[in-house]
Amino acid sequence: MPGFVEWGLELIRRASSDLSPDVEAAVRKGRDAEPAGTTARNVLDSILTNIDMSRTGKTPICQDTGLTTFFVHLPRGFDAEQVRADLIEAIRQATREGILRPNSVHPITERNTGDNVGIDLPHIEFEPAVDDAVTIDLLLKGGGSENCGAQYRLPEASIKAGRDLAGVERCVIDAVHKAQGQGCAPGILGVCIGGDRAGSYMGAKKQLLRRLDDTNADPKLAEMEARLLETANKLGIGPMGFGGLTTLLGVKVGWMHRHPASFFVSIAYCCWADRRHRLVVRDGVAQVL
Amino acid sequence: MIKESIKLRLPASEDTLRSLRIGDEVLISGTVVTARDMAHKYMVEQRPDSLRDILEGALIYHCGPIMVADGDGWRIVSAGPTTSAREEPYQADVIETYKLAGVIGKGGMGEKTSAGLKKSGAVYFHAVGGAGTLLARCVKKVREVRMLEEFGVPEAFWVLDVEDFPVVVTMDSVGGSLHREVLQASELKRKELLGL
Repeated sequence: MPGFVEWGLELIRRASSDLSPDVEAAVRKGRDAEPAGTTARNVLDSILTNIDMSRTGKTPICQDTGLTTFFVHLPRGFDAEQVRADLIEAIRQATREGILRPNSVHPITERNTGDNVGIDLPHIEFEPAVDDAVTIDLLLKGGGSENCGAQYRLPEASIKAGRDLAGVERCVIDAVHKAQGQGCAPGILGVCIGGDRAGSYMGAKKQLLRRLDDTNADPKLAEMEARLLETANKLGIGPMGFGGLTTLLGVKVGWMHRHPASFFVSIAYCCWADRRHRLVVRDGVAQVL
Repeated sequence: MIKESIKLRLPASEDTLRSLRIGDEVLISGTVVTARDMAHKYMVEQRPDSLRDILEGALIYHCGPIMVADGDGWRIVSAGPTTSAREEPYQADVIETYKLAGVIGKGGMGEKTSAGLKKSGAVYFHAVGGAGTLLARCVKKVREVRMLEEFGVPEAFWVLDVEDFPVVVTMDSVGGSLHREVLQASELKRKELLGL
């Protein structure tokens, strides 16, 4: 009977080669908005061709498959250490098959472990499941986009950002400007308001698991997401930073309670290749969504 | 107006390279050599002459590909560009030392590289970031690899023969930089949007 090694491997294959339809639709919408004959449109056409080729050929959309990050929801009675061991085995197999690039470098010796396994690699966040299904979300995002992440501490006088939601929005626009095309624009932003330094960054990254076509349950944040997307796209940075109308494909905002003294705004920048899929296992039957 | 892509075959003359301008869409055929972070540090700090045979007249490609061992050789699976900015301290020196035609990368580079391109008559070409499958299919042959043991797969020097590899000139040999232009225009926009 197949288990988490086989299921994990299938999840990794899908995430690496088969871009979610909501992300592809957003790229297509951006492509249609750019005037014919512009480099911006040509870039988005190449991206769409690449998405199609990768899905058909089952090859990695991007060679930078990032630091493998799993978000696991585990019902009572499951052995988290066994799931971890199985996911590690799946990663080793995926790396051998050329679905993942070996991205685990020892920072002191500079040696690459060659198998994507190392200290905190893969990164796995375990949480209790709300029902009896196991869900595993996998996010693959490249290092170039990870480097474009940012954290602000309000107030931030240089951009006239106060300790309020208007200040939050100013941080986001500033971060998009700083990123230019470096994170493989058009990008997708996960934003977290509040939390402590570490939690806030992870909260921002978790927002990247949301579908681009969903609507924030909080109407105020839903409005903020739409406004930030529209405003950021006025910066004119465009695909790859070549100039154009499509600088971002989406903005997703969440929050955490904060300390009275701390007001962090954390931004996770994801390249257009927002490679995420979800594995759901219920009664021993697995499905990759 | 839809521009026709320019076909560029390597090695190219200095005149040909100097005739390219930012915004030109180019299809490259010839030899490119991948080199990224460890490779640039190594080239500048140790200046190995052993790399001259593969680098002179070629393009360095900022890329850490996915490779799969295939019989005696290697199969390239996914090979888009990586962010070039990290090589800014080294690039101008590397271009001059190894007589490169230029580099392929993404995200653009800074003023030091721009000055280096002008001096050496070299060009910065931008490939589409994330287009790993599409760009790997433009590689017709994996010729050889150097420093694989020392640097690992993503950071080794992979010598690749490419055909009609699609890029855009974003920094040219007369000091032009599309990245500088977009940065300046978007900075004005940022100030306007934030009322700064």
